[in-house]
This record gives sequence, structure tokens and C-alpha cells, in this order.
Amino acid sequence: MSELRLMKGNEALAEATIRVGADAYFGYPITPQSEVIEYLMTQRPENRTGMVVLQAESEIAAINMVYGAASTGKRVMTSSSSPGISLKLEGISYMAGAELPAVIVNVVRGGPGLGTIQPSQADYFQSVKGGGHGDYRLYVLAPASVQEMADFVEDAFEIAFKYRAPVLILSDGLIGQMMEKVVLKDQKDRMPDEEIIEKYGDWATTGKKGRERNIVTSLDLQPEKMEARVHRLLKKYEQMEKEDLRYEKINCDDAQYLIVAYGSSARISQKAVELGREKGIKVGLLRPITLFPFPKQPLFELVNQVKGILSVELSTGQMIEDVKLAVDCKVPVAHFGRTGGIIHTPEEILEALEQKIIKNGSN
Amino acid sequence: MEVTDIIKPENQVFSKTCLMTDANLSYCPGCGHGTAHNLAMEVIDEMGIVEDTIGVAPVGCSVLAYDFMNIDITQAAHGRAPAVATAISRTWPNKYVFTYQGDGDLAAIGTAETIHACNRGENIVIIFVNNGIYGMTGGQMAPTTLAGMRTSTSPFGREIETMGSPLKITELIANLPGTYYVTRQAVHTHKHVRKAKKAIKTAFKNTRLKKGLSFVEIVSNCNSGWKMDPNESNIWMEENMFPYFPLGDIKVKGKLK
Repeated sequence: MSELRLMKGNEALAEATIRVGADAYFGYPITPQSEVIEYLMTQRPENRTGMVVLQAESEIAAINMVYGAASTGKRVMTSSSSPGISLKLEGISYMAGAELPAVIVNVVRGGPGLGTIQPSQADYFQSVKGGGHGDYRLYVLAPASVQEMADFVEDAFEIAFKYRAPVLILSDGLIGQMMEKVVLKDQKDRMPDEEIIEKYGDWATTGKKGRERNIVTSLDLQPEKMEARVHRLLKKYEQMEKEDLRYEKINCDDAQYLIVAYGSSARISQKAVELGREKGIKVGLLRPITLFPFPKQPLFELVNQVKGILSVELSTGQMIEDVKLAVDCKVPVAHFGRTGGIIHTPEEILEALEQKIIKNGSN
Repeated sequence: MEVTDIIKPENQVFSKTCLMTDANLSYCPGCGHGTAHNLAMEVIDEMGIVEDTIGVAPVGCSVLAYDFMNIDITQAAHGRAPAVATAISRTWPNKYVFTYQGDGDLAAIGTAETIHACNRGENIVIIFVNNGIYGMTGGQMAPTTLAGMRTSTSPFGREIETMGSPLKITELIANLPGTYYVTRQAVHTHKHVRKAKKAIKTAFKNTRLKKGLSFVEIVSNCNSGWKMDPNESNIWMEENMFPYFPLGDIKVKGKLK
């Protein structure tokens, strides 16, 4: 039976992680995502499903615990917030290189440095352009509600195992901390060890039994082999774009102006679209749900229809670069966004659309 | 009589364990790593536990341990092997999980992971090869480099005032309640090889009994890094390394000796 609850985004994510049958969670406290591990600890998941939850000595240890469990075919997650994710990037790069499935959650706060504990979307570059060292990308899901904080856990594990690659859920302090109603799905069983050994026997290090040894590594000292590995990763990313691109269009059919926004900014922009429509402005919203792959083609398809695009994000302008690349200079694009932990209002967004796009001669 | 007449199973007194691959070892001739690898593999072979054993390789000279050990191995980021092993052991509680690490990996960059895995008493084996130098990167100073010892980053000898003292990480972790068995061994003579093998076997047996963390340090030479011939390096090790890193059990069955 599914269940309706009133929960914080972080708690919904934690509960969903137990319910999808995850095997382990390793984390380290940091505001504004500490509720994830706090909630898990109250639930005694070891009794509910046998799931392992461990507070590591650092974000670095936590991500390497994820690496370890993932290398044996277990479903494993870690979560953190911006400064903690910076620390995890080494491990994330290793997982991308070693082709390990895992789910990483970033409940973003403002930066740079220690920054602020208030919400932000300033980790866009870090999330979608690689972040750690080397030639890799992460599949990035951006939830815009508490419901999606719960739902995307299952989606993220599915993608992680489909491609044998780390997947990032890019949330922020607003979505993580706010309370909304959420429908939780039924409990699923964890995969039995025997099934893991059978299913992932061609790569997972579960003990050499009835087969040749498995080795998990990201190291290839032979240039040709290393290049082949990098190209193998590239193929996965191309396949992700073809098969697993996700986005949402709201009021786009007759739109003359377009807002592009993800996560909490998309939620706020949706209200800005409503306010604009009340004033007679034909404005629509394109919301990327996956930030990598980015909905380039759906955006490009709108260039002959809309007169201008406002890219809205809680940063000084990061996603706008991908929006501009997608529309290939065929339509004016401007950025709007507050930083420092300040959350823009729908009115501010609408005003920015009017000032930067509509009055700027784009019509 | 031909050689083939002599090579028969009934005449055989020793054979290479099938858990060592036929790949050429990447270690310098005279280095102790090969022997340490071999001992670990012999123990796993003799205990019949290969199907349930997962190794964790480090970064350093033994980064390619997986080329030589014919078992399932995950290669960890520099210093993070104890964290990697923690998760494997926690999610597969009936498996034998071990890390194989050098001094830079375990006692410098991975100090936090080492201490906390020991403190939690993870049910794993840590094999720690201490040769007082960074071998793979070309002979830089390690946390265990002796006072006055010359390396490429302490060209005038390790100066305690500015570079600190060589770290006795093994004594340090022996004082944590989570460690069950802590010992320091060597592999440069037959006598020492036999003792070291016994220690490694004890460690894996502790895992079987779920006793917690077993830590086997092996003080080894690095003839290339120390710029000596192999024999000379072993004599230097006995005269200089052993007084500072004395061999023997430090903690047995959870009790300090």
C-alpha cells in the first residue's frame, strides 16, 4: 500500500531510500541535509530491511565506502551539501572511471567556500560539467518537489545500474528543508546476495567463485586501453541523451517568451508564469528534469516560436551557458537569479522577464 | 633419468599457490612486496576461502596488486582502502575482506580512514607494508621515514624539527579498543617469512570468528628507494628500522602485550 505523509524533502528521500530496497547509506552530517542520516538512524533500517547505515568519519570516507559497496553490486547512496560534495569529487571521479553504480545526493547551499547554509543552485557547473578530475559526466536529476525527492531515488538507482555509472540527485536547501505531502511507494525487497552474485557476476567483486576473478579499478596504464575506457564512458553519455533525457514543458504551446529553470527555481518560475499570463504575457516554462543530459533539442525546437528566453537559477548564471549553447544564438537569452541564500520571488522573476527580455527589443 | 621423471606429484615438496598469477611482478628485485603478496595468497589458498575473499588494493607500489593476486580485488583511491573495506565488510558480513597498503597510503593520506576503521573495529584484515619511503613515485619521504634518512624530499636527511618524527601508526592503532590483533613482522629471512605467514593466518582466522580488526605490519626494505643493493638494504633494515619499529606482537586477543 502506498502511503500519504507530510514530510521534509530530506526525510522523504531517506524514507524512499529504505523503501526502494537500498543496501546501504554512508554519510556525514552537513547542513542543510543532515536530516537524511538523522531520519535513517531513527528508522533502524537494519531491522526494517537489513539496510546498512553508517556515519563515516568524513565525506571522503563516506564516498569511498560507497565506492566499496558499489564495487560489490550493492545498491548504495550517500548525500551531502556543497562543501561536502567538493570533498567527495575524488571518489565520484573514481566511480565514474571504474564504472560503478551509485546514487549521490547534493542538497545545495550557497558558496563559494563555507558560504551559507541557505539554499542555492550554484553547484550546476560542478554537477553537469564533470566536477572531479578526468573525462566523465554524471547523470543529474533535479527534483522540484518533496514528491520528486522521494520518486527520484528509484529512478536514480535504475539509471545507475542501467549504465553502471554514478548518478547525482541535485536538490537544494529549499527542496530539502520544506515540508509537503508526499505519496510513498510500497516497500521493495533488497536484492538477495545470491542474485547480486549471479546478476553482476561479470564485474562485481563478490568473491571469485565459479568464474575468473573480477577486478574493479579506474587505472589503465596503457594509453590505448585508457582511451577505450574513456570512449566507453562517452558512449554511455550519448545513450543517456537518446534514451533517458527528461524535461517538462508548462504553457509552452502558445508561448512568446520562455523561462528555463530547474529545481526550486522551476517551482517559483511556475508561479511567475501564472502571474505573467494574468497580465496577458504569453510566457511558458521549460523545466529540465535531467541537467545532464540537458534538453538541448527541445529548447532548440522553440527558437522560431519564442522571442526571448530568461534563464532563472539561484546563482550568478551557470545553466544559462547550456541554454545559450542549445539555442545557438537564434534567440536572445538573459539570466536572472539571486544568490547568497536569497530566494527570488515570482514577482521578481516576472519583472526580470519584462525588463531584460520583453522591453529589451526582443519583440 | 630425465627431469620429467623427477617432477611428479609425489616428489613435490612445494608449489606456487594458484592464487598468484603468472604475471611478472612489477616490484624491484629484492623488494619484500612479492613475498608479502605470496604469503597473503598462500593463507587464503590454504584456508580455502578464496570464494569468499575480497581484497582492496591501494595506491603506491602495490597499486597493481590485482595483477598478481588471483582473487576478486577492488582498487581504492589513495589512502581510502579501509573505508572501501569497511563498506564491503558491512554489506557482506560473511566475507573475508582485507586491505593491502603501504606506509604513505595508510599512515599519511589515509590516516583518518585507518584510525576510524580500527576504532570501529571493522571485521577486516589490514596488511601494512612499511618500507619508510614512497617507492612508486620515486623515493620521497614517508610518514615512517627514519630521522636523518635521506629521501628525494628530505635530501639532507629527515629533520625532526621541521618534518616531525617517524609515525608509529601501528602502536597508535593498537591502543584503540576496536583492534583485536596487532602485530609487526618482516619477510627478509626464512624465519621471518614463517612468522609473518602465521600472523597473516591468525588475522584471517580472526575475521572468520568475527573478532574485529586485525592489523599486520610488515617492515620491508626498499632497496631502490634507499639506494642500496638488496642484501645491504636488509642489513640496514635490521640495524636501523627494527630498533625503531620492533618486531613482534603488540596486541593479541584484544589485549596489549
